[in-house]
Amino acid sequence: MFKYVLQRTLYMIMVFFIITLMCFVLIRMLPLPALPPGDIHSEVIAMRREAMGYNKPYLEQFAIFLRGVFTRFDWGLSEQLYTGRPVLEVFLEKLPATMIVNLYSILWTIPVGIALGIWAALKKNTWVDYTISTLTMVVISVPSFVYAFLIQYILCFKLRLFPFVMKGGTDWFSPAMFRSMVPAVLALSFGVIAGFCRTTRAELTEVLTSEFMLLARTKGLTKTQATIRHALRNCFVVIVPGIFGEFIGILGGSLIIERIFSVPGVGGLTLNAINAQDYNVFIMSTCFYTAIGLAAGLVVDISYGFIDPRIRVGSKK
Amino acid sequence: MAENTYEKIPAEEFAFVQENDLLHDKELQTKARGFFADAMIRFGKNKSSVIAAIILGLLILYAIVAPLISPHNIRHTDVIYINYPPFIRSIADKGWGILNGAKSMDSQNDSSLLALRAIAEETGLDPLIGIKDAHEVSTMQKGKKVTRTTYDVEINAYYFKGIIYRTFSYDEFKRIQAWQDETGIQVIYPYVEPADISGIADNPNIWYQVDSKGNAVLDENGNFVPAYSSNAAKAGAEYNSLRIPGDDGSYIYSYGRSGSVQCRVLYYNYYRYLNGMEPNYLMGTNALGQDIFCGIGVGARFSIIFAILVSAINLTIGAFYGAVQGYYGGWVDMTLDRIADILSGVPFVVVTTLFQLHLAKRVGIVPSFLFAFVLTGWIGMAALTRRQFYRFKGQEFILAARTLGASDRRLMFKHIFPNGIGSIITSCALVIPGVIGSETSMTYLGIVDLSSFAGTTIGTLLSQGNAVVTSAPHAILYPSIFLGLLMICFNLFGNGLRDAFNPSTRGVED
Repeated sequence: MFKYVLQRTLYMIMVFFIITLMCFVLIRMLPLPALPPGDIHSEVIAMRREAMGYNKPYLEQFAIFLRGVFTRFDWGLSEQLYTGRPVLEVFLEKLPATMIVNLYSILWTIPVGIALGIWAALKKNTWVDYTISTLTMVVISVPSFVYAFLIQYILCFKLRLFPFVMKGGTDWFSPAMFRSMVPAVLALSFGVIAGFCRTTRAELTEVLTSEFMLLARTKGLTKTQATIRHALRNCFVVIVPGIFGEFIGILGGSLIIERIFSVPGVGGLTLNAINAQDYNVFIMSTCFYTAIGLAAGLVVDISYGFIDPRIRVGSKK
Repeated sequence: MAENTYEKIPAEEFAFVQENDLLHDKELQTKARGFFADAMIRFGKNKSSVIAAIILGLLILYAIVAPLISPHNIRHTDVIYINYPPFIRSIADKGWGILNGAKSMDSQNDSSLLALRAIAEETGLDPLIGIKDAHEVSTMQKGKKVTRTTYDVEINAYYFKGIIYRTFSYDEFKRIQAWQDETGIQVIYPYVEPADISGIADNPNIWYQVDSKGNAVLDENGNFVPAYSSNAAKAGAEYNSLRIPGDDGSYIYSYGRSGSVQCRVLYYNYYRYLNGMEPNYLMGTNALGQDIFCGIGVGARFSIIFAILVSAINLTIGAFYGAVQGYYGGWVDMTLDRIADILSGVPFVVVTTLFQLHLAKRVGIVPSFLFAFVLTGWIGMAALTRRQFYRFKGQEFILAARTLGASDRRLMFKHIFPNGIGSIITSCALVIPGVIGSETSMTYLGIVDLSSFAGTTIGTLLSQGNAVVTSAPHAILYPSIFLGLLMICFNLFGNGLRDAFNPSTRGVED
């Protein structure tokens, strides 16, 4: 098992570096935006560019970049957006907003989603199941900006329950901040609930009709006992990796929701960096999103191995 | 066994069933049902998918027809009618309370109601649709209690715009006069000099005596007192066209500026002059003054064609890639899988951005957007094809074909591929809404701007609407409804198709 984890991890790191190299070269190939002459920051940035090796071959630039990242945590300076400030500093400033909004969202949506899925599966082919399945299908199909609009219009504008956009400042856990986060959290939640509900329902209906459930009933367990001890355990083999993946995903967040509700997070930073051609920030964002995507996949893979005995045994061969 | 008497049956007991006829198998009475026909029948049994398919058909029809039947071209933008609500003149006149360009204005006092009445009186287009509510508000002023009434009113935004200032060249001024004479529609209204209306120069809708705050000063009968200028020396150009009722011929209709004339123009009629028709916007206008009804059609048309194109390309690439992977297996499979792993690891936003930045100038925005989709989009399809190939390549009919000397290529595309094509093609029906979704997100975020190519897209409409969600909810409502319906129907339809083509669910539902 340990070997399997190590193998997967090393492989992911390799993939990460290849992707980073590709994106790095492509971004460095872009023409640099001109610096405003006479500005005090321009000189600093011009010197920094020289030090980052902008006139050297791309592979050498990449080596310089990697050396900076690994020895000094130096991701370069933000050139356009936050003139002259280190990218990492800006980035870490933006991270909490994204993380907290997403964390609030998944904390309540995963239990609700799974509960709805279980309910639908147990009441299969009744109106409960039909209602839940239909709603799930609708929510999964409809893109997030559509219900973000509904939330904004109905909850924020008509009923005036919440402020329109997220509050500024860094008092992450104050009540006012929480209240201003609610619309964004809600908009993020629908998709997660629907996703977990659908997976749970599909898995559980399959498990409930399998033969070991019949055996469990014939040996005298009540339906509740059989469901909790046998069916749920089996269907969690699929659900738990999904939960882990979701937890990694909270770092990434959603570009669209962050933009609609003005969450001062990583997504907004990325979009601004793209629009302002702030390439050092963009490289950092690229690495960040790539790493999250790969890490989520890795965690899902590995947790399958830990949870499902069949995969665990298979890996020993 | 009990005693067996079969051997003792006498020979004469036997008779020929037939002696001189030829024996044939009976012809099959039932009709042979092919794979495709069978799938269609099973699809037809899935009611929700059938309904989804019908609605989907209607939406596609809308996308084709709307840009054709809409009176407004998508390239036509209006500078005044921006984010205006839905309005159709013929229906608005019936007073059904729909399509009347209605906008709510809360807490209006008496003098603003009077201003509405003045617009109605001068232009003949009454902006006031109805008073929804009245509140009594008491305030203490200078030690005295003052009670005022405020009204929540609904106004017609198109009429409410009323008169605007416009500066014309002499030629243009003449052309408008000619048009007025021809159609009998009053566009230019008599000029009012700011000096005559307490120096108010930014409200062209005032044509009557006002006090210094801009409130109307009425005569003893409660009528407005016109403040039109009859100062012929200030007139910019000759005016020999329609005059408003009550004009004895002395009012001036333009004001001289250097080389041009300034006029008070009724924008509603000026719009008719410019466009040759009334402003009829079934779903209102967006932030650029485009017709949303037409915009949704144009955007959807682009999205659907684009998504089908992307799916077709990805299907082809993925099928070849997956076929090679699955057929050859071993290190070929390994290597190709690693490449796919690397490509699928790059975030889509990054891919799109880089392609836009690098290629948009060289090959155009749409092709570079297409490349971004193609770069990673085929991976799912390749995995699917690969699975199908692994499933079929070890089977006996392949061995038989190989023994007969079939080449690799023949085996791959004549023997294995047709067996897997059902599931490959049906998954395409689920790829299309995925592409539409990503395309909408990217245009919504403004990473890709397709306005110059396609006119507009649903994502652009949504993002424009989102900026004015409180003041003009219609601008985001209709694109949202359309997109939501489109996605739901595509997904339902795709699911139904997948179930219908999946042989393992055959007979389960009966």
